[in-house]
Amino acid sequence: LWREADPVSARHIVAVGTGGRTGPVVRGGSALGRRLAGAAGWLTTPLLPGDYFGLINPLWSGQLQGLVESVQAEARDAVSITIRPGAGWRGHRAGQYAPIGVDIDGVRRWRSYSLSDAPHRCDGRIRITVKAVPGGVVSAHLVRRLTPGTILGLGQAQGVFVLPDRRAPRLLFVTAGSGITPVMAMLAELAARPDPPDTVLVHSAPTRAEVIFSAELTELAARWPGLRLVLRHSRTQGRLTASGLAELCPDWVERESWACGPTGMLDELTARWQLAGVGTRLRTERFATARAGHGGVGGKVRFIASGHAADADGETPLLSVGEQAGVLMPSGCRMGICFSCVARLEAGRVRDLRTGQEHGEPGDLIQTCVSAAAGPVDIDR
Amino acid sequence: MTSSRQPSPADVDEFGRALDAVRQEVLASRGERDARYIRRVITVQRGLDAGGRTVLFASILPPAWLAGTAMLATAKILENMEIGHNVLHGQWDWMGDPQIHSSTWEWDSASPADQWKHSHNVGHHTWTNVIGRDRDIGYSALRVHPEQPWHPVYLAQPVYNLILAALFEYGIAIYDVELERVWRGEKSWRQALPQARAVLGKIRRQAGKDYLAFPLLAGPAFLPVLLANATANLARNLWSHTIIFNGHFPDGTQVFSEQQIQDETRGQWYLRQLLGSANIEGRPLFHILSGNLGHQIEHHLFPDLPSNRYTEIAPRVRELCQRYNLPYNSGTLTQQTTRVWKRVIRLALPGPRPAAPDTAPAAKPTPLTDAA
Repeated sequence: LWREADPVSARHIVAVGTGGRTGPVVRGGSALGRRLAGAAGWLTTPLLPGDYFGLINPLWSGQLQGLVESVQAEARDAVSITIRPGAGWRGHRAGQYAPIGVDIDGVRRWRSYSLSDAPHRCDGRIRITVKAVPGGVVSAHLVRRLTPGTILGLGQAQGVFVLPDRRAPRLLFVTAGSGITPVMAMLAELAARPDPPDTVLVHSAPTRAEVIFSAELTELAARWPGLRLVLRHSRTQGRLTASGLAELCPDWVERESWACGPTGMLDELTARWQLAGVGTRLRTERFATARAGHGGVGGKVRFIASGHAADADGETPLLSVGEQAGVLMPSGCRMGICFSCVARLEAGRVRDLRTGQEHGEPGDLIQTCVSAAAGPVDIDR
Repeated sequence: MTSSRQPSPADVDEFGRALDAVRQEVLASRGERDARYIRRVITVQRGLDAGGRTVLFASILPPAWLAGTAMLATAKILENMEIGHNVLHGQWDWMGDPQIHSSTWEWDSASPADQWKHSHNVGHHTWTNVIGRDRDIGYSALRVHPEQPWHPVYLAQPVYNLILAALFEYGIAIYDVELERVWRGEKSWRQALPQARAVLGKIRRQAGKDYLAFPLLAGPAFLPVLLANATANLARNLWSHTIIFNGHFPDGTQVFSEQQIQDETRGQWYLRQLLGSANIEGRPLFHILSGNLGHQIEHHLFPDLPSNRYTEIAPRVRELCQRYNLPYNSGTLTQQTTRVWKRVIRLALPGPRPAAPDTAPAAKPTPLTDAA
């Protein structure tokens, strides 16, 4: 899954970004390890031991990073990137995404990408699958210019688009385009179980050349008899509709379901599931936030703690405004879900980009990823 | 470059616009090359630091002592000058790298980074050379401009200045607490005490590392390592004191009154930065070791541009100064250091009368008053 539908609003930075040098970053968490790191800190102060270890291997720098091991073509304009995560990576659940930071022209840019392989690979590697989107600076860079050996910024995995703890007997996945990426991880995990459940995947892509994971899916179906694959090419067969889906999978009402793809498709499916009274059975993952109209005047934004300032329009999230001004803004999902990006409003009012509502009193914690300036704004960052 | 002609307000505005254009050009072209530069300097610095301290484990042997001390001193100089000072200016914030960012950086100096950022970036860079506002004028301890009223306490200032040079980092740390303002009742103890505690905490860790932890680890080489670390710190203090004093206090640099800078335009602000600063000429390695503060003029005009760009823009700034008939105070390290010390010694005594244009050095227009 990419979340880059809007090149401005959909940038991702991570909460780990503010780690810096404020305290020793200790990995592993054993008491002995902590004590050793504390002692080593007396030798490296004001830096941390990781600042020196990072000279030998960037993955030991104390800052969570990943090493690109391979970049493989996956479909037209799409690649799978295999990453060796550095010390501190806490693992992920199938279906989750992680913030990925890449340096482009010297500037670190963050996006979230779904992890497209099952957790707990025996080699400890993780994989993301990226499709170049029109106007997407980061996705184009990752697809066309990324080379093995590159060090990427990495944030911990997050997201609730995952398999349930209680095993469901029958499952349905509905995906379109790069919406397959989190589902691929779930399918890989299900396939590895001793008794993989009865599962239907309905996946749609414009043409055969754009089907991500086509070989992997075929191979999966070959060793998992309970997996039914329905691949649709929307350019010739038309867009997948809710009623079309009901024909392809008549018992959809009874299945635990996951859907990931464009907003229009997800809205239609959600409405259909709710109509059938089984809304809770459908979990969806969206590419980007739906925005409420246009408008808003914007204003001068001052970032008090860092001393930066910038002029913002009424459309750009304060998160992006801060990042462009060089402020280290914590963030996570960039869609108003995870609250990693909250900052204290010192003065002024903001506009919620999802609802169009203006709000804010001094002292309020606001979600910078979905708030734009409504007049002059001071933020405690 | 001799002229006593005042720049006209129109010239000052044009000068300002030309400098704005230089600034925009650099901002627009920041990129990969700059990022590689600062990361390389940091890598070299940490390598020298780790290498120097490793060699010092053998410091019972004199050649190892010399080599280790030289490496460590160089590392400490790089760390404060080209890296610490400039990172804390936010020159590298644009990279969005949390490991090289003004809000997370801490440096190998007795001053805690946040206190120094405030006194330096806000106090000194905003109020550059404004008497009564820029506390960096003589660091509240020395008389470096004739405009500062004389007091018998200044008689011994050549000696204080030597002591200050040797203990520069501690001087700066204490200075940032602004004890003289507490003394005058302009600042409360409630504000100053936590700052003083932070300084003491920082000094404890810094001294703990250099004068206890590493000497203890070296076992039989305890004393040579202690001496090496003290030497490296002394070398860094003398060096940074020299570079910084040469940036603002040689003859020809000017001071301003608060009245003069009222309603200052952008062009006038640039002019004040230019007239208040002095450059030191040198080779590329000198500029790296001095944190590119040999380009003090360029640094004061554009404090947040990446330091590696100052060398590139310096000829253009100089040419602009020529075009508008403005002074560009520049000299070799020896020349500027001599000028600073002559001034420190001369101003220990009363007089001379401030800012009399005919006694001033060449190319010194009276700043701003009429232009304002």
